[in-house]
Amino acid sequence: MKRLPVQKTYKLFIGGAFPRSESGRTYVAERANVARASRKDLRDAVRIARQAGVGWAKATAYNRGQVLYRIAEMMETRRSELVSFVSRAGEVDRAIDRVVWYAGWADKLGQVIGSANPVAGPYFNFTVPEPTGVTGILAPEPPLLGLVSRLSPVIVGGNTAVVIASEAHPLVAIEFAECLATADVPPGVVNILTGLRKELAPWLASHMDVAALDLTGGDGDAAELERLGAENVKRVVRGRPDGQSPYDIAAFLELKTVWHPIGM
Amino acid sequence: MTERKQDVARRAEKSPLTTAWDYAPAPEARDIVHIQERYGLFIGGKFVEPLSGERYTTIDPAREEPLSEVAQANKADVNRAVKAARGAFDGPWSKLRPSERAKYLFRIARILQERSREFAVLESLNGGKPIRESRDVDVPLAAAHFFYYAGWADKLEYAFPNRRPRPIGVAGQIIPWNFPLLMLAWKIAPALAAGNTVVLKPAETTPLTALLFCDVVRQAELPPGVVNIVTGDGRTGAEIVAHPGVDKIAFTGSTEVGKAIQRTLAGTGKRLTLELGGKAANIIFDDAPLDQAVEGIINGIYFNQGHVCCAGSRLFVQESIYEATIAKLKRRMRTLRVGDPLDKNTDVGAINSKAQLEKIVSLVRSGVEEGAELYQPPCKLPERGYWFVPTVFTNVAQSYRIAQEEIFGPVLSVLTFRTPDEAIEKANNTPYGLSAGVWTEKGSRILAMAQRLRAGVIWANTYNRFDPASPFGGYKESGFGREGGRHGLEAYVAMDDA
Amino acid sequence: MLSKRSIKRESKVFALELAIRMMDLTTLEGADTPGKVAALSSKGIRPDPTDPGIPSVAAICVYPNLVPYALERTRGTTVRVASVATAFPSGQSPIEVKLEETRWVVEAGAHEVDMVIDRGAFLSGRYAQVYDEIVRVKEICGQRAHLKVIIETGELGTYDNVRRASLLAIAGGADFIKTSTGKAATNATLPVALCMLEVIRDVHEETGRVVGMKVAGGIRQSKQAVQFLVQVHETLGLAWLTPDRYRIGASTLLNDVLMQIRKERTGRYQNPDYFTVD
Repeated sequence: MKRLPVQKTYKLFIGGAFPRSESGRTYVAERANVARASRKDLRDAVRIARQAGVGWAKATAYNRGQVLYRIAEMMETRRSELVSFVSRAGEVDRAIDRVVWYAGWADKLGQVIGSANPVAGPYFNFTVPEPTGVTGILAPEPPLLGLVSRLSPVIVGGNTAVVIASEAHPLVAIEFAECLATADVPPGVVNILTGLRKELAPWLASHMDVAALDLTGGDGDAAELERLGAENVKRVVRGRPDGQSPYDIAAFLELKTVWHPIGM
Repeated sequence: MTERKQDVARRAEKSPLTTAWDYAPAPEARDIVHIQERYGLFIGGKFVEPLSGERYTTIDPAREEPLSEVAQANKADVNRAVKAARGAFDGPWSKLRPSERAKYLFRIARILQERSREFAVLESLNGGKPIRESRDVDVPLAAAHFFYYAGWADKLEYAFPNRRPRPIGVAGQIIPWNFPLLMLAWKIAPALAAGNTVVLKPAETTPLTALLFCDVVRQAELPPGVVNIVTGDGRTGAEIVAHPGVDKIAFTGSTEVGKAIQRTLAGTGKRLTLELGGKAANIIFDDAPLDQAVEGIINGIYFNQGHVCCAGSRLFVQESIYEATIAKLKRRMRTLRVGDPLDKNTDVGAINSKAQLEKIVSLVRSGVEEGAELYQPPCKLPERGYWFVPTVFTNVAQSYRIAQEEIFGPVLSVLTFRTPDEAIEKANNTPYGLSAGVWTEKGSRILAMAQRLRAGVIWANTYNRFDPASPFGGYKESGFGREGGRHGLEAYVAMDDA
Repeated sequence: MLSKRSIKRESKVFALELAIRMMDLTTLEGADTPGKVAALSSKGIRPDPTDPGIPSVAAICVYPNLVPYALERTRGTTVRVASVATAFPSGQSPIEVKLEETRWVVEAGAHEVDMVIDRGAFLSGRYAQVYDEIVRVKEICGQRAHLKVIIETGELGTYDNVRRASLLAIAGGADFIKTSTGKAATNATLPVALCMLEVIRDVHEETGRVVGMKVAGGIRQSKQAVQFLVQVHETLGLAWLTPDRYRIGASTLLNDVLMQIRKERTGRYQNPDYFTVD
């Protein structure tokens, strides 16, 4: 007699926990019932992401780098599970290495994009990068690599994220969320919503407390979403689904310049 | 319910204490670390017998007890190590993708974190520094250094745009006894991140944490020959410096030896960085919050028994606050606890060696002879071991030996100044230029002082703060080159001309 | 550096018993009743019924209405009765009302008065007003009650302000300066306590005057209490390690201290069910 396996329930990832959608709805993807997030789930996620952002922005860069490295540790541990969800060979290894790559930038970015500026006067003038705030991300395909490639630069810089996962292939995103939940990531720093993109994206794009929007995963709707984002002057970014660069981090950072006189 | 009269009376006891509150011993357990009876040299990924056949004993300076027999590497041993490093460089190491190299370094960082208590205890046992420091400063910073440089391994093009940064080859590294594990991290981490291989010699008196590090290397599965550890005294160091197969030398230690190395390497084309001695000025202005400044002075000179190249060994006090500062300083010195490095309440540990103790004693004697006024708080020292009571000299003239020469012990010399210009002039009036401290509430003054003090590291309203992201190194005879930060990579990369 | 001291065994028990002798066992709730105060007083007189060797606390600290009940329960013992006054905790009442409350509390027989400074006046720079209020409250206390002045460090914002407020309180006649009401978001911390101890030390050195220190609010664990005592020991020395010069305002701390003492004596970690909740 073959053993009957226990089926998994796929829920949302908000505030470090796995709640069902407040709407109670699901949709079918990859032969499973997946939580179908509502605008209220999204609203809650943004609120939680904002609260989490206070501590995350204040954490030392070293600490953020270590947390990202631990995400990679957890992904490596769950490598075979993650592999079972993706179709492209090497996608998981590439995703893990991508997280490690970004982890190493946390405590170096200031040295590459910040500066001490030689102004023409007796002033010490310096420029430092700071996180922008809550960032909304439309995760592009491939379902794991695309998500990880767009999420890592956002959070390593001190921002928090609300991610709308791939609609067709959401399971690996929740599997990835389980890595986040066990990786010492402070609850609320990353929130992942599964559901219908057309339903959720406009709410994310128009939310007045979302400071930046990553539309790498947007398709025909990108222009409309960008227009919605203009109401609170969101920083709108379109990157590469499989790229890595410190400038992908910088896209979600503000630059602050400080002056102080020099004199006895 | 009736109670016994004496119990009621005892409960009512309110008079002040007449007996002292002695803190009970709070020793860190020693048994977490296993020290072998003898060690070989770590070459090509394993421990081998020294070709010299020679060994010497390394001791615990707090108890003068032997801890282990370590090898004295000779020319042939050094040659063997350099060959192994060269082989690893030409072979697997330089062929690795940089992101893979990074992952080795991340592994090392994490393993150091996991074994941190073991390393902290061993560091205190072999070197004499208080466990609180090795536990809270040395070991965490060492791990952080590896973690920081791991991240640079596959990002060198961003550190040096348009210059095609690449490894140099084999680095010979010689480190001192004051922060043995931390100095090892400062040397090995950037070297490996840039793709080099290393031959490192720990200080003669403090080999054990370097030898334990070899086990971390093994656990991290680092390819054999990438890191080689050869123990020995100054002769071993000289062999490393002279070896033609070494492409770059990094030395931290005394200015005297640094100059000798520079002479030896002259004309050879070998790359060199030096981190040498210092005689830092710690300057207190009259608007500084005095209690905090005093805490900073104490930390600046008595931290690690003053065995710190960047120690704030010359205190410059603005004359108007002189009396108050000295009174607070002396009072604070009376609460310093000198004793067993493994006791968690110890503030000041053992002097690293008999030789160093003799140097300190001799310089202190010169201070008294030249006319400075000596103060030492009452302090009960243990019977065995090398100890020196925290000391402060007042009425010090700029020309006294104690104001000019590096003592490398818990001895502070106090001088006064009236104006900022005077402070700067006196602070800069030294062949050294490693570090300086400034204590003032006024932001613009901090920046003005920082601008004019000729020192590589300037601490304002703090002292002895280190971070892997923060470049460290000296001006003038305190050496050249920087360790830490993006700048710390420079010493370990070859680049096209800009 | 001082918060990293590690105090073990006999040295720890010594500190813990000292902590009890220095405790102002406190209840300051809207829901306080004579019954609650009676129970608390018994607890303060005899913290551990199973161990008569455990000392009494220094004082019971209550709201003015409960003073008579506390006095009744502690009569004939060494335990003092402290009362808050001056529109505790906010201090936001007219001066006449605050002085009248003080008068009432002193007449009722309280041994100690814990007043609050007017933080609104302080933070808007009216230092002379703050000073004047303290002087007038002290006048009412006279020789009958000793005065603790709460500067509410959690609302002052900077260490400079903590130092300034401490000096003002001492100048106004405080017998003790006290960190907090225990009702603010941040109460006693080691750094603010150190700042205040340094003021006490400077005043003593320059004038010979002795002022006491009280830390209050947020001290729930024995380890914290011991750290505060280490701080006093290394800043002011043995002379200040006495209830006449140092107090700890607390409520749940007492049982934690009792549990720690019993753990040191028996070698077992303890269970809160074995210690009375009063």
